Amino acid sequence: MIKAILVFNNHGKPRLSKFYQYFNEDMQQQIVRETFQLVSKRDDNVCNFLEGGSLIGGSDYKLIYRHYATLYFVFCVDSSESELGILDLIQVFVETLDRCFENVCELDLIFHVDKVHYILNELVMGGMVLETNMSEILSRIEDQNKLEKSEAGLISLKNVNLPNLPNIPQQIKDIKLPDLPQAIKDLKF
Amino acid sequence: MALTKLKGNLERILDKNLADLVRGIRNNKENEVKYIAQCIEEIKAELKQENIAVKANAVAKLSYLQMIGYDISWAGFNIIEVMSSNKFTFKRIGYLAASQSFHQDTEVLMLTTNMIRKDLSSQNQYDAGVTLSGLACFINQDLARDLANDLMTLLSSTKPYIRKKAVLLMYKVFLSFPDALRPAFPRLKEKLEDPDPGVQSAAVNVICELARKNPKNYLSLAPIFFKLMTSSTNNWMLIKIIKLFGALTPLEPRLGKKLIEPLTNLIHSTSAMSLLYECINTVIAVLISISTGMPSHSASIQLCVQKLRILIEDSDQNLKYLGLLAMSKILKTHPKSVQAHKDLILLCLDDKDESIRLRALDLLYGMVSKKNLMEIVKKLMVHMDRAEGTQYRDELLSKIIEICSQDNYHFITNFEWYISVLVDLSRMEGLRQGHVVASQLMDVAIRVPAIRPFSVEQMALLLETSSGFAIRGITGQVAFSSMCEVLYAAAWICGEFASHLKEPEAVLECILKSKVTVLPGHIQAVFIHNLMKLYAHILHKASTADEKEKAQLTLSVLQERLTPFMQSADLEVQERASTAVHVLKVISKLQDAGEGDVVNELMQLFQGELNPVAPKAQRKVPLPEGLDLDAWINEPEPESDEEPKADGGGSLDIFYKSSTSAPDFRDGYQGEGQVRREALRVEQASNPHYLKGSSQARRSPSSSSQLLSPTEEIPVMSINLSVPLQVSTSKKLSDKYLELERNKEASSDSKKHRSKRDKKKKKKKGSSDEEEAAEIVAPQVISTMELPEGARLSDSEDDGRPQTDPHRALNIDLEEYVFFFHSYPKEKPVVRVTLEPAAAPPIPAKSKKPKSRNGVEGLKEEKAKRKKTKQEKEENAPLPPTTKGVNLNDDLDFWLSASNGNDAKEKKVVAKGELTIDETATATDSQKTAKKKKDKKEKKEKKAKKEKKKKDIKDFDDQNNHLSDSVIAPVAIAWKSLVDDKRLVMKYRVVAVPHDQHQVLVPVQLHNRSGKLIHSMIFNVVDSTNARLCRGQHEQDGVELPHQLASQSRVEIPFAFAVADSTMLHQLRGVLTYMTQGEDGSVSEKLDFKLQIPCSVFLSSDPISSDQFAELLASQELIGKDKAMCEGIALSQAIDRVSRELSMRLVEMDSSGTSASLYCRHSTAHHLCILMKSQADGRLSIYGKSSNPSLVSSVMEEMRQMFA
Repeated sequence: MIKAILVFNNHGKPRLSKFYQYFNEDMQQQIVRETFQLVSKRDDNVCNFLEGGSLIGGSDYKLIYRHYATLYFVFCVDSSESELGILDLIQVFVETLDRCFENVCELDLIFHVDKVHYILNELVMGGMVLETNMSEILSRIEDQNKLEKSEAGLISLKNVNLPNLPNIPQQIKDIKLPDLPQAIKDLKF
Repeated sequence: MALTKLKGNLERILDKNLADLVRGIRNNKENEVKYIAQCIEEIKAELKQENIAVKANAVAKLSYLQMIGYDISWAGFNIIEVMSSNKFTFKRIGYLAASQSFHQDTEVLMLTTNMIRKDLSSQNQYDAGVTLSGLACFINQDLARDLANDLMTLLSSTKPYIRKKAVLLMYKVFLSFPDALRPAFPRLKEKLEDPDPGVQSAAVNVICELARKNPKNYLSLAPIFFKLMTSSTNNWMLIKIIKLFGALTPLEPRLGKKLIEPLTNLIHSTSAMSLLYECINTVIAVLISISTGMPSHSASIQLCVQKLRILIEDSDQNLKYLGLLAMSKILKTHPKSVQAHKDLILLCLDDKDESIRLRALDLLYGMVSKKNLMEIVKKLMVHMDRAEGTQYRDELLSKIIEICSQDNYHFITNFEWYISVLVDLSRMEGLRQGHVVASQLMDVAIRVPAIRPFSVEQMALLLETSSGFAIRGITGQVAFSSMCEVLYAAAWICGEFASHLKEPEAVLECILKSKVTVLPGHIQAVFIHNLMKLYAHILHKASTADEKEKAQLTLSVLQERLTPFMQSADLEVQERASTAVHVLKVISKLQDAGEGDVVNELMQLFQGELNPVAPKAQRKVPLPEGLDLDAWINEPEPESDEEPKADGGGSLDIFYKSSTSAPDFRDGYQGEGQVRREALRVEQASNPHYLKGSSQARRSPSSSSQLLSPTEEIPVMSINLSVPLQVSTSKKLSDKYLELERNKEASSDSKKHRSKRDKKKKKKKGSSDEEEAAEIVAPQVISTMELPEGARLSDSEDDGRPQTDPHRALNIDLEEYVFFFHSYPKEKPVVRVTLEPAAAPPIPAKSKKPKSRNGVEGLKEEKAKRKKTKQEKEENAPLPPTTKGVNLNDDLDFWLSASNGNDAKEKKVVAKGELTIDETATATDSQKTAKKKKDKKEKKEKKAKKEKKKKDIKDFDDQNNHLSDSVIAPVAIAWKSLVDDKRLVMKYRVVAVPHDQHQVLVPVQLHNRSGKLIHSMIFNVVDSTNARLCRGQHEQDGVELPHQLASQSRVEIPFAFAVADSTMLHQLRGVLTYMTQGEDGSVSEKLDFKLQIPCSVFLSSDPISSDQFAELLASQELIGKDKAMCEGIALSQAIDRVSRELSMRLVEMDSSGTSASLYCRHSTAHHLCILMKSQADGRLSIYGKSSNPSLVSSVMEEMRQMFA
């Protein structure tokens, strides 16, 4: 089971939080902070598994994370999940985001957190992995977007372009999926 | 209408949408809180509007605010409004907000039941999909109970997307509403073979989660999973299955043996690391579960360890980490194979990655031996010096203690060394585990009597330098680091074992001198108490007048110094101090009066050895008779006011606060002190006038005592002396033991050489040899623990799961027969009809052991008894219980034992083992009989008889050695097809009721393969003169089935048939009428079928020796004869099938292998003998003889059908 999925940036700002077990809002914020503390002090060339976040889980739980440019993707899982499998799942998640947003960057997550949630819902449901096949995931998302568009014709949604804000450094926008070590790439199912 | 819509849209344009909100928050970083408060006001206004689009927009913004930490539960009702919109766009927003903010106890959830039900049955699969995803996050018990049926129907939805989500959601339903598991389980099982891989994977996922918590209930699914494992290529699913097998193997070692081969193949073939790793993990689990030492398995271990080594050596840190993790699992059972890779593991200790270092530390536990312990600990101490971060240091410290103390200090040969290590540890900076070190010090001192003198000496030293633990704060007050806990142990050891002290007065002085008042209360208390012990000892020792005077002096000093403690804020300290002071007063009075005996009386206070107490001793103390803790001591006041209670609470609060606030202050001071010190250090670093001491010098005990106070923090240059000062060596205390050990090793090596040369001489001088041995032997460790009388140390308490764990309730035996799939207790109270079977009685394991004295006969009796009781039970029930549960287990057994020759052999060995047990039983019998002289002769005769019988059986077994496989394997009765049409498939099987030749049980399986609901099923057969259906009350009518068959579902219904003549083959014609529910009303359909009840179900394979068989053939008993010819089947195959399906037993086979005779018995005690001969032209001729003519003809007819 997956207990929580957190995405935050290099400064600990939450960009997505999905808890599959109930915590109240204050606790959720504390968990995000603690997880950020644990994860952010680790070098990029150490392993992606981490034991012990005292607030969430306990001995049976592990934090499995990946760091992409400005964002950390952290999954908190118990021992019934395969560690390497979850790493792959994170990769599938990020690649799906990349396809849906066409070169995803932190800004996409900031302004479209709802869409990110919808995408995540096609991968994980109630803490259990729903689908790992990317083409299947993409076609489901595509279908739902079409459905939404057909409805939008009736209610004329205000269509907002992605704003270009001055206070965001350009470099963040240009994040690409980082080159993964060869060993991890081979893991792909 | 159009106008209001337009108006709504106009308003919307003015509203902020989600992106605007995010942008606004980013632009108002300074007064974010104020801005958001303003936004929430706007949202509240939006929520009040009629337009659903406006509401949805507001809810979307709320879910963002929830993420950044704002409680949005107040908008629960509005969220539900948005959820209920019939537009997908809004519905999705609503469900997202609900999944983020709703939880089990959200009250508005009870409003949602019908809405969710509607959404689930929506024509649009994405409406239903969004609902399912949302529901998975907030489902509670009520929803689970009310919606379980709807979700069950979704399990057989035509859309794989919905099926997949519904399957996953079932797990959440089970957690909230365990009653749903049993009826839903058969469906879930079906989904394992769903055509869609996604659904299949989801079903595997759910069953894995269920099985992880209650593995034994899912053992029977092993064959299905095995098939999936060997056929599937979906790695994600394979991983889950392999993990599941890892959980199942501990329960069934035979499963493990079956798994090893395919897993090893996967390990060799797969390229996916994740799969490889899980395979290795499960192989390890298998190896742990089956007994070790088998040669074929040591190869598997080697393979695992070898592959893990590759992982650990990989440059990818993740693989390295996982490799170490798996290694630690092997370590528990096969330490030797891991020890071979010691070099690699020690290398990992130096890795830059902390997670990896920690894993390597775990492994170190198994690497130590008596020889290398000191080296390894030394290495860890060096690490500790270098390590950054308290957490890792603490981890190192507990690891050092763990590896040293394992197995009752098994690996420690030199306790002086260990005490020194502990003392060194206590002098390390920045550790938080003071209490661990303290308890180790005490444990060693208590349990290793030989070390007490040394221990006491060291502790006295520690007390002397106790100010080293002090950290002086800015205000001049002194606080102590957590390591001061060690002082607790030091004081206690000095007090308890004061007799070993050389100068107790000095120690007393030390304790009084140190800045005791700032120590934590419990340490002060121990100090006071042990001062008393010390004083008692001093007084006891003082024999001469001169010394007595000294003791007098000590007394007055003590009295004076202890008095201030009577005003301590800590209750314990206060109490101990006042007791001590008063005792001292009494003593001084008595001494003044010249009473001499005061010393002994004082000593009596502290007499008696203290022993370690077993961990669970307190729980094992038996409840004294007549003690009822629940009873009132005083009857409660009839009218109890609230007020006094509140008062009590208040006063409690005061105590509580006072006790917690104290450490807080200390922390504060400590923190401040640290800040100050840091500042000073920086200042000194940049000031050229300060001498900078080496870091090693700082850590030396002498300087550390002064180091920490800012005013005195002047680095001390270490002076080079040829003779090292006792305390200021930069070396660790424990190092000298290491060197000593090395020297000793070197010298003992040379000794060994010499001893080899002088072996003869040595033999004469045995004493010196002993001396050497005595040198190596470590001092004795007391390992007995104190327990209350009569109590034993056992761990069989309960399963350790907290009461609230939902998985407790899910521990359901799923193989028990389930009848009414589609009814839940709450919705349709169902009258359980006579068809309900009693649960199969568990056969007590004890009954396997022959209790009766008559060995084999006893066994038989026992069996008969069991059968009898079974029969009785069956007679009580209106209809006999099905044997399905048993059958399923048999199926599993059959699956496990099939194609596994080894296994059958093992069983054989077990059987033989039982025989030998019988023999020993008879041996003890004979001893008994020797005492009873009267019965002696009779018994001997009996024994002889018995032994003869046993021999017969043994011989017989030996003859059939090669066939034992098929004979021993329990029979699995396969389903036979009855009839089918495009909507319904009927299958059946016939099961005999043990010891009742007039009844058979026919379970009929109905499978609805259409897309429609089938209901109103009526089952009927045309009775013949010899066989009829037992219908219950209404004879002649058909049996109306209480079931409704949803699309793609199965149901199994047992019918009982009365059979007048069980030696005949019965054929019954029957009909099943049913209705299908279509769009345009119900349509009635019927199915005709022919049901066959063979007589072979009454046959049983009773053992018979070849002599008896020959006797039987020669007798005139066998009057019925028949003959058959078959083509295209080999003799061995025929024997195999006949023995499996017709329960016949091979009696003998001729040496050329061309003919075989078989035997079985009908339940009416008729014999049936079969001779099979393979002819020269390849045909097989079968001759049958029986004591009943109709029996032989009908069995031969069955065989003809079988081989046709």
